[in-house]
Amino acid sequence: MQLGRVIGTVVASMKAPGLEGVRFLIVQPLDKDKQEVGEPVVAADGIAMAGPDELVYFVASREAALACPDTFVPVDHAIVGIVDQVSLLDDSL
Amino acid sequence: MKIGRVSGSVVATINSSALQNRTLLLCDLLDERGEVNQGGYTIAVDTVGAGAGEMVLILDEGNSARQVLADADAPVRAVIVGIIDEVR
Repeated sequence: MQLGRVIGTVVASMKAPGLEGVRFLIVQPLDKDKQEVGEPVVAADGIAMAGPDELVYFVASREAALACPDTFVPVDHAIVGIVDQVSLLDDSL
Repeated sequence: MKIGRVSGSVVATINSSALQNRTLLLCDLLDERGEVNQGGYTIAVDTVGAGAGEMVLILDEGNSARQVLADADAPVRAVIVGIIDEVR
């Protein structure tokens, strides 16, 4: 699982069966210092609560579909939580 | 499985239900010499009580993760399944 920031919304009226009602958000993956890394991805909102500019964590691959109400759906990234805080150790440790 | 080092923790109050009340640790991925591997990291669910700075064994595969968590529907891929004492 990785950190990400919600940077946009995707609206689709035609979706694969099972994805009705699932929100799709554009998520920019972040490194542990919350700096952008890699290309943005479209992720299903598995908690149905994430909003714009929010720090989230998301899961990739097959497990993403399990975050959706219907678990046998074609989804490869899903937001599974809203991050309140990331505490990092000092590098000296 | 991968070798990592616990480098922080992630606090989230709103989670997918399977992740509620789970400990999320931020782990740097290490190479076989125990060096930080190109800045890669993963957020993993802790199942062994790993602490800050500890070298850990990370399982990064969904089916096994669900088995370890005993939850057939958990949207989880990375799980900490061991604390490493030494890599020779």
